[in-house]
Amino acid sequence: MKEKIRLVDDSGIRTDGRKPDELRPIKLEAGVLSNADGSAYIEQGKNKILAAVYGPREVHPRHLALPDRALLRCRYHMAPFSVQERKSPAPSRREIELSKVIRESLEPAIFLERFPRTAIDLFIEVLQADGGTRVAGITAASLALADAGIPMKDMVAACAAGKADGHILLDLNDLEDKEGEADVPVAYMPSINRVGLLQMDGQLTPEEFEKAFNLAIEGCKRIYALQKEALKAKYLAIKEAVEEAGQK
Amino acid sequence: MSIFYENREIVTPGDLLAEGEFEAGRNAYKIDSKIYACKLGLVEYKGKTVHVVALNTFYVPSVGDTVIGKIIEINLHGWTVDIDSPYLATLRPTETFNKSYNPQKNELSEFLNIGDLIQAKIIAYDRTRNPLLTIKEPGLGKITRGQIIKVSPAKIPRIIGRKGSMINMLKRETRCNIIVGQNGLIHIYGRNPEDERIAVLAIKKIELEAHTSGLTDRIAEMIRKERRGMV
Repeated sequence: MKEKIRLVDDSGIRTDGRKPDELRPIKLEAGVLSNADGSAYIEQGKNKILAAVYGPREVHPRHLALPDRALLRCRYHMAPFSVQERKSPAPSRREIELSKVIRESLEPAIFLERFPRTAIDLFIEVLQADGGTRVAGITAASLALADAGIPMKDMVAACAAGKADGHILLDLNDLEDKEGEADVPVAYMPSINRVGLLQMDGQLTPEEFEKAFNLAIEGCKRIYALQKEALKAKYLAIKEAVEEAGQK
Repeated sequence: MSIFYENREIVTPGDLLAEGEFEAGRNAYKIDSKIYACKLGLVEYKGKTVHVVALNTFYVPSVGDTVIGKIIEINLHGWTVDIDSPYLATLRPTETFNKSYNPQKNELSEFLNIGDLIQAKIIAYDRTRNPLLTIKEPGLGKITRGQIIKVSPAKIPRIIGRKGSMINMLKRETRCNIIVGQNGLIHIYGRNPEDERIAVLAIKKIELEAHTSGLTDRIAEMIRKERRGMV
């Protein structure tokens, strides 16, 4: 029998040195691309993801336009160099599915009904993948939407929790995701207390599921605070620079 | 009845702004008795209404607005105009000054061709129909000289200033004629390129620092400095 990898050691520390309820280090930045209407960049551990938003704009092809609300189109894509073994750049079954779940997790956050007959195009490009790219993608995408000035009910923060080596862990990395027992990605809107995405891959008892879900929500709240900070950062920097210049 | 931020504090989408007997103003929405922000912006409490002055936004057409647009298509009904908003606008031949237009004799491209820039006014728009334009008023029509710059439509009120204080100062100090389209496009023409250059510089600075206070004085000073530099 294949020997199992130890993912959590005796003192409860994970392979990358984190505690069970600790997030990976996150770097978030809004407005990184000048050609898109809104954009964001996230680094979560070894994940590196860019998100870009266009619109609302005219729908092409025309017949896709909805008479009563805007159409949200989403493309989640992994760059060929984002993983160890080269990935074909053509959209895979997995990427098409993730595009759909990401779109559905963001739709309830946007006031789509205010812009009938238009399209909002969202592109999520994974530059480097290390587990939990769908949730990091949602986090970046919602920041990009806010950066584009699209009216939203709330920003969507997303985070995964799961089970590895019998422990419930927050924000699984690639190794824990592949070797572990279960993965629960959650997208959550903290201010209005709504869940936009909830998936489960693997096996958990109802008690374990509840624990993992609550842990993921906790992670989302921490990420949400970082999103708000990132969105304000650009404007606060200008404000401070101007005030400083005024005092001289 | 409680408010959770100070006036002009930066808020993000989803922030709870106020609770109690308040009304949601611009860029805010209401669930039960709670008012939330729906855009990144500066919160403004005005009596019972809570507004958010957006820091970045796109242009949503509104009847009566003056806009600057570009002709991108000519078809049977008239010209299709890109006004830099989610919706393309239409300009009909009857809404132009030229009364002698006869569909059997004249080509629309004789009056306005693809690529031409126009200053126009929105006469009709609702959720179900794209905006309709007119150039049948003095001051409107084809733009033939000067230059056009683009700023975020969110900054337009700041460029105009309270009762036009900023725009009047700009016109006076730069000696340029400046026409502000509500869609974020600004038409500048001056007597020489140097005047226009300074006007562009000033407008870019306003756009960048729109959310700070004491801006009008700082811009006036900047223009004077630029002028001294060029002599």
